[in-house]
Amino acid sequence: MSTVLNTSTEEARAGSPANSAARTRGLGSRLRRLNIPAGLGGWLWLAIIIIPVYYVVITSLKTQEGYFGQNPLALPTSPTLENYQLVIEANFARYFMNSAIVTIGAVAPAVLISFMASFAIVRGSGRFLKVVNGMFLMGLAIPLQATIIPIYLMIIRLNLYDSLLALILPSIAFAIPLTVLILSNFIRDVPNELFESMRLDGCSEWQIMWRLALPLTRPAIVTVAIYNGLHVWNGFLLPLVLTQSPDLRVLPLALWTFQGEYSVNIPAVLASVMLSTLPILVLYVVGRRQLLSGLTAGFSK
Amino acid sequence: MSNTVSTSPRTAVSRGESQQTEKRKAALAWLTVPALFFFLVFAVVPLAGVFILSFANWDGIGSIGLAGMDNWFSVLADPGLYNALGLTFLIMIASWLVQTPISLLLGVFTAGSQRYRAALAVLYFLPLLLSSAAVAIAFKALLDPNFGLATGLGLPFLAQDWLGVPHLALGLVIFVIAWQFVPFHTLIYQGGVRQIPKSLYEAAEIDGAGTIKQFFHITLPQLKYTIITSSTLMVVGSLTYFDLIFVLTGGGPGNSTRILALDMYLRGFRANLMGPASVIAVILVVIGLALALLLQRLGGKDKQGSQLEGL
Repeated sequence: MSTVLNTSTEEARAGSPANSAARTRGLGSRLRRLNIPAGLGGWLWLAIIIIPVYYVVITSLKTQEGYFGQNPLALPTSPTLENYQLVIEANFARYFMNSAIVTIGAVAPAVLISFMASFAIVRGSGRFLKVVNGMFLMGLAIPLQATIIPIYLMIIRLNLYDSLLALILPSIAFAIPLTVLILSNFIRDVPNELFESMRLDGCSEWQIMWRLALPLTRPAIVTVAIYNGLHVWNGFLLPLVLTQSPDLRVLPLALWTFQGEYSVNIPAVLASVMLSTLPILVLYVVGRRQLLSGLTAGFSK
Repeated sequence: MSNTVSTSPRTAVSRGESQQTEKRKAALAWLTVPALFFFLVFAVVPLAGVFILSFANWDGIGSIGLAGMDNWFSVLADPGLYNALGLTFLIMIASWLVQTPISLLLGVFTAGSQRYRAALAVLYFLPLLLSSAAVAIAFKALLDPNFGLATGLGLPFLAQDWLGVPHLALGLVIFVIAWQFVPFHTLIYQGGVRQIPKSLYEAAEIDGAGTIKQFFHITLPQLKYTIITSSTLMVVGSLTYFDLIFVLTGGGPGNSTRILALDMYLRGFRANLMGPASVIAVILVVIGLALALLLQRLGGKDKQGSQLEGL
């Protein structure tokens, strides 16, 4: 989508002014006139976004003396990684692993079963599927956090309290409504002729699902996986309520307790913020297009 | 991808199907069973459970007893509920008013094809990567009157006791929520703007409509459903700004940022009153559903069809 848009304007700009005057006027002049106020607003918002991020990055590299002595927005005079070392020694590797286990353990099954359900909802018919779809859609409107007390009760009764599985199971359920919505929108976009031709070739629906729908839905699957991964990775309420042992902390919870313990050592606290975000940042760098473009595919219809 | 939506004819599917394919299609229902199982067990059952628990006595550890209507009477008579309700709606409305125009304008802005806008957009979306806990902790450090932004930028008015004065804390919460969530809605609007057919702008251009006219007569009306989607997510989502506020202010100072979700948590897991906390949870669910239905109603029913009307 975005690439198509870019190339077409690129052409318009590159074309000689004589023969592409009409096209340039169409898009170019409209955007040029917007430029000044929009540009100012754009840079202002950038400042609002980037200053806090910048502050966190530089402060995490400062020594305690630097933090107390320097201008808060000045670059550290003697950058140090000792804060990071302190954070890593505070068992952060363990918390990182916990977060990774919970995230993968929740997202992989959630996406898989949601994909199967979406395929059925799009390709199938009948009252049952309509009801199921309606139920998932309603799940979008319910603030699922409100169910935390019964979930707490169930997790205790299932003897899962204070385990990583206690975080995984509800996370799967919470991810289903949106995942089904996005995936079914994508599967619906597959031209019906493709399904028909596979059916005429004698494929069962099961084969059609894995061999046609799955590859065609791959971008959306990656998208919802990243989207849900982000939510589970950053989730706070479930770990807060359903775990207790320090060894089972996931990163957001660890951040919070760390902040409580090291409230006087702000550089170290901010180093913990940096460390907990780093893997997501790497993901963003690698899979940004997929994450960003896919997110809107589910919502902007 | 989304361009194909309009070309694939929905109506052709239901036309001229044999009985065999009907059966085949009904058999597909099995594929929903795993998802249905998880959703029933960990979303629908808890949802029912929260209604039941609102009539129960439970301290979170011991046995569960019947309380009848007691929880409801005590919570409904508690001024704390109305404080939390009022704050929830205040934060919801303020958040909508702050975030919608900014997200919409940024969405239009980033949908433009200029290089620098694409570069800015990459940075705009950074807050999407941070957990609420991380955002709250970062802002707490940032707002330190001596070692934070106030000193850094040399702006003394920023050196306030942000977390100690009720209306400042409330304003701060609204700002930080916007900081964290505007990027997501910008993304939604960006997608919406990119789906507006270029031909509409070309036609307006020929008619001599300027940028501002085009914005109000083409962009805004074309974004109607995007606005509804974004607003729904924003409004329903605002009921669950739990983690951010919990870490940032803990509901304080006093009860001045104790929204419903936080009130539920504090009653249930701090005061060990699971029954009254469940009453709050039920109220949350009812408000969430009512708002979602209301917003969908506002948007009209024929969502898919009307967006591309007249093309």
